[in-house]
Amino acid sequence: MEIVRSHRQIAAEAAAGVGCGGGAGGLPTYRVAPQLEVRLEEFELFAIDRLRVLKGIADGLSRGKRPEEMEKLVKELWKAHMRHQDPTETLNKDIISHFVLRLVYCRTEELRKWFLSMETTLFRYRFRLESPESQRMLMSEFQLPYKALPHSEFEAVKDKLSQVARTIGQSAAVESVFFKVPFEEVPDLVASRRVFLSKGYAYVAMSQVVSLVVTQFRCNISKALVLTNRKWTATIKEQEKDRLTPIVEALSNAYFGPDYSQPKDAVEISLKDIDQLAKTSFPLCMRHMLEKLRENHHLKHGGRMQFGLFLKGAGLKLEDALAFWRAEFSQKVGSERFDKEYAYSIRHNYGKEGKRTDYTPYSCQKIISATPGVGDHHGCPYRHFGEDNLRAALNKMGISGHPLEEIMDKVKNRHYQLACTMTFEAEHGVSCDTGINHPNQYFSESQKVLKAKNQAVQSQGTT
Amino acid sequence: MAREDEKADAMEIDGQHQQVANTAVPDGFNADYLRIYYGKLFPHVDFFKWLSYGNDGKHPGCDQSYVGRREFSFTLENDIYVRFQSFDSVAEMENSIKEKCPFKIDIGPVYSVDPAKRHAYAQSGNNVFVPVERELIFDIDISDYDDVRYCCSGADVCMECWPLMTIAIKILDASLRDDFGFNHILWVYSGRRGVHCWVCDSRARKLNNEQRAAIADYFRVYKGGENTMKKVSLTGAVLHPFLARSYTDVLKGFFEDKLLLSQQLFASEERYQKILDLIPDENVASELHDKWQGNRRSSISKEDVNATRWEQLKSTLQSGKHKGLRRCIEEIVFSYTYPRLDMEVSKHMNHLLKAPFCIHPKTGRVCVPIDPNNCDDFDPTTVPTLSQVFQGIVSATIAESLQGGIRKLIQCQAPAVQEYLDLVKFTQLPADLTNLVPHEKLLLHETNH
Ligand code: SF4
Ligand SMILES: [Zn+2]
Repeated sequence: MEIVRSHRQIAAEAAAGVGCGGGAGGLPTYRVAPQLEVRLEEFELFAIDRLRVLKGIADGLSRGKRPEEMEKLVKELWKAHMRHQDPTETLNKDIISHFVLRLVYCRTEELRKWFLSMETTLFRYRFRLESPESQRMLMSEFQLPYKALPHSEFEAVKDKLSQVARTIGQSAAVESVFFKVPFEEVPDLVASRRVFLSKGYAYVAMSQVVSLVVTQFRCNISKALVLTNRKWTATIKEQEKDRLTPIVEALSNAYFGPDYSQPKDAVEISLKDIDQLAKTSFPLCMRHMLEKLRENHHLKHGGRMQFGLFLKGAGLKLEDALAFWRAEFSQKVGSERFDKEYAYSIRHNYGKEGKRTDYTPYSCQKIISATPGVGDHHGCPYRHFGEDNLRAALNKMGISGHPLEEIMDKVKNRHYQLACTMTFEAEHGVSCDTGINHPNQYFSESQKVLKAKNQAVQSQGTT
Repeated sequence: MAREDEKADAMEIDGQHQQVANTAVPDGFNADYLRIYYGKLFPHVDFFKWLSYGNDGKHPGCDQSYVGRREFSFTLENDIYVRFQSFDSVAEMENSIKEKCPFKIDIGPVYSVDPAKRHAYAQSGNNVFVPVERELIFDIDISDYDDVRYCCSGADVCMECWPLMTIAIKILDASLRDDFGFNHILWVYSGRRGVHCWVCDSRARKLNNEQRAAIADYFRVYKGGENTMKKVSLTGAVLHPFLARSYTDVLKGFFEDKLLLSQQLFASEERYQKILDLIPDENVASELHDKWQGNRRSSISKEDVNATRWEQLKSTLQSGKHKGLRRCIEEIVFSYTYPRLDMEVSKHMNHLLKAPFCIHPKTGRVCVPIDPNNCDDFDPTTVPTLSQVFQGIVSATIAESLQGGIRKLIQCQAPAVQEYLDLVKFTQLPADLTNLVPHEKLLLHETNH
C-alpha cells in the first residue's frame, strides 16, 4: 500500500496563511491542514463520501427544504457517509476529505461557488447540532468581537425584537442575549427579514448566532479556495500529474456529470427548428419561456439568461441566437435598441464579450432556487407556478388523468425534479432512470428517444 | 488603436449633424442641442467631483487612482456602444463627452485596475480585473406596475400612476436611512418611466454581491413571478417592523385615499375580480362578488363605489367569522402599492446605470435629481426637455433640484471639499441660451473645428 507522503505538504500549503485552530467538539473549522498520513485510496474514498454528503445537501436545497428538514437531512447524511465508531477517525476523515475536495473544487469559479455554498450549508447545520458550550467555543475560535447587548439598550428595542420574533413564529417572550452587529455580517438574516435593523446594525439573537459564525466560516473558506487554486496551477498540478492530478480531475467530473456548456459536436439546432423542437423535446420551463417570448416579444434578464444559455447548450449557434432574439425583441423595442441593449449580453453568454468566459447553462438546482419577480417567466414551473397554472400548462402538453395527479402529488411534496422526470416519462412513454437534473439533459434524452423511435419506424418501413 | 476608431465614429456623427440644421426649436430630443447641452450646461466638474469621493489628489491619504478606475460607458448615435471608458481628470472626461456627444452615459463600478487597460491585465490570468466598489443602486420602473394601473401602460406615465413611484421613494428612502443607516442617497428621475436610486455612503459602495442581494431581498415582498395568482404572501403572526411601518405610514393611506379612486379599483367586474382573486377563501370571494354584481345598477348613492366596496371587503374579512383572513387586507394593499424593484440591478456590483443629468434619448427629458423630502411635488410631465431648457422654460424648483442633489452628496462625502460649488450656472443659463439659439448653426461650426 502506498503512502501519500506529499499530501501532508499539499494540504499544509493549501491552508497556509489561514491561521491555526483545531475544532471545538466534533466540528473542525478547517483552518489548519491535517498533520496526517493518508493512503492514496483513502484520499479518494474519503472525498467521495464527503461528496455524497454535499450532493445530498444540494438535492435538499433544490427541493426547497425548510431549515428543520435540512437539519435532519444533514444529520442523516453525515451519519450514513462520514460517521465512524471512533470519533478520532471521524474527525480525521472529516478533515482529510475537506482538504481533498478543496483541491478538486478550487479550479474554476463555478466549482468554487458550488463547493463554498455546500460546505457552508453543511457547516451551518452541523453547528446547529452542537451543544451551546461548543457553540460558544467555536464563536471564540472565530474571534468574533461581539459583546452581548447591555440591558439598557436591550430594553429600548425590546418591543421591536419581540415583533421580529413573532414574525418568524417564535413566542413573543424575547430571548435575553442579543448581539448588535453591522448588518453586513448577517446577510442571510437580513435577506429573510429575521432580524431587527436599526441605523445599520442588526440585532442578532443568541439562537441566530450561527449566521455570524457561518459568515466568518464562508469568508475563510472562500479565501482559502482562491489560494489553493493559485497553488494548484502554480505547482501542484504539474508535480502531481502522475498521481493526484488524475484523481482530482476524475473526482470533479464524477460528480458534475456531463458538461452542457458545449454542445456535443454532432448536435446542432437551427433557427427554424426551434418551435418544433420545443413541442417535442423542451422541458416545461423552456417551453414556457419560448411561449412567453413569442407572445410578448420580450423576456426579462433572468429569462434571457436561463433560456439563452439553454439554447446555447442545445446547440444553437451564436449567429442564429442573435437572429432569434432580434426577431422577437425588435417587434417590441425595435432592432436598434435590441442591438444596443441586448445583443451585448447574448454575445456575452457565448463568451464573445466581456470576460470571455463561457457561461454554462443553468442546472435544475440553480433554476429551482431562483426567485422570479414581477414580470419574470424564468424559474422552474413545478416550483414557481401556482397549482392552477401548472395544471393548465401540463394539460397543454397533453398530460392529464392519473399521470397528472401523480405529478401534482410530487410537486406538493416539493420533489420538483421528480415531477419533471415523470412528465418526461409520460410524454415519451419510456422510463428515465437517471432522473432529470438539467434542462439540457431533458432535451438530449428526449432527442435520443425520438431518434430511436424514428429509426425503428424507418427500419420497419424498409423491411 | 481603439481610440482612433472611436474618434472616427464621433466624426461621422458630426458630419451627419451638419446636414440637419434646424432653426426652429424641436420638441424632445435633438442631437444638436445635446451637443450644446454638454458644452454649456452639463455639470462636468461637480459630476466628476461626486464620483471622486474626495480622492482628488488634494487631500492627504486619498487614493489618486480611484476615479480613473471607474467605468463609464457611452451610447453614441447610431447605437454604437462603447464600454470601459475611464478618465483620470475632469478635463479628460469633459473633452471626451463633448467630443463623442453620447446619447446616453452609463456609470459602472470602480474596478481593481483601469478598465481601459483591462486587456493588459487579462493575460496574467489571475482575474485581477474585478469590480471593487460601486454605489448601491435601485431601479424602479412604472412599467412593472401594469397589472395595477389602468390609466397607462408600458412606458407611459401620468400623474394618476406616478404616485406609485413617489411612495416607492418614500419607503425605500426611509428604510435605507433608518434601518441600514445610510445617509448619502441620491434619487434621480430616469427620464421616462421610473426612478433610480444611488446610495453613495462609503459603506454602501463596499458591499459585496451577497450583501447587496440581502438588502434587495429585505425589500422584496413579491414572490413567484408571473405565474402565481397571489404575488404577495405575508406570513407570520405579525409584520416585520419595516413592513409594519411601511404599511401604516405610507401604503395604507395611499391605497385608500388615492389609488382606490385614481385607478377605480372596484369600478368594474373585471377590476374587482382581480382583487377578489387574492382572497384565499373562495366562499368569501364569491359572496362579495355576487353582492356587487347584484347592486350594479343601484349604485346611485353618493358614496364612491370604490370606497364603499373596499369598506365592505374589509369588514367582511375582519369579521371574526373568517379566521386567518385579516392578513389578506394587508396583502391586497401590498400587492397594489408596495415598491417593485428590478432585483438584478441591485444585486450585482457590475451593473451599469444611466448617469444623472443625462438626457433621455426618447423623451428628451433631463434626468434630474428628486428630493425625497419633497417627492410628492415632483411631476415627471413637467421635467424640462432639452429644447425647453434652451427656451428658458425651466421652473425654479427643477433648477434647484438640479443643483441641489449632487451638491449635497459631495458635501457629505468629502467634508474636506469646502470650496463653493458653482452649480449656479444651471439656474442662470437658460436666459443666456435663449440668445444662443438663433446662432445655433454658427455655434456648431465653432465646436466642430
Ligand atoms: S425540473 Fe429542471 S428541466 Fe424540469 S422544468 Fe424544472 S428546471 Fe426545467
Ligand atoms: Zn398613468
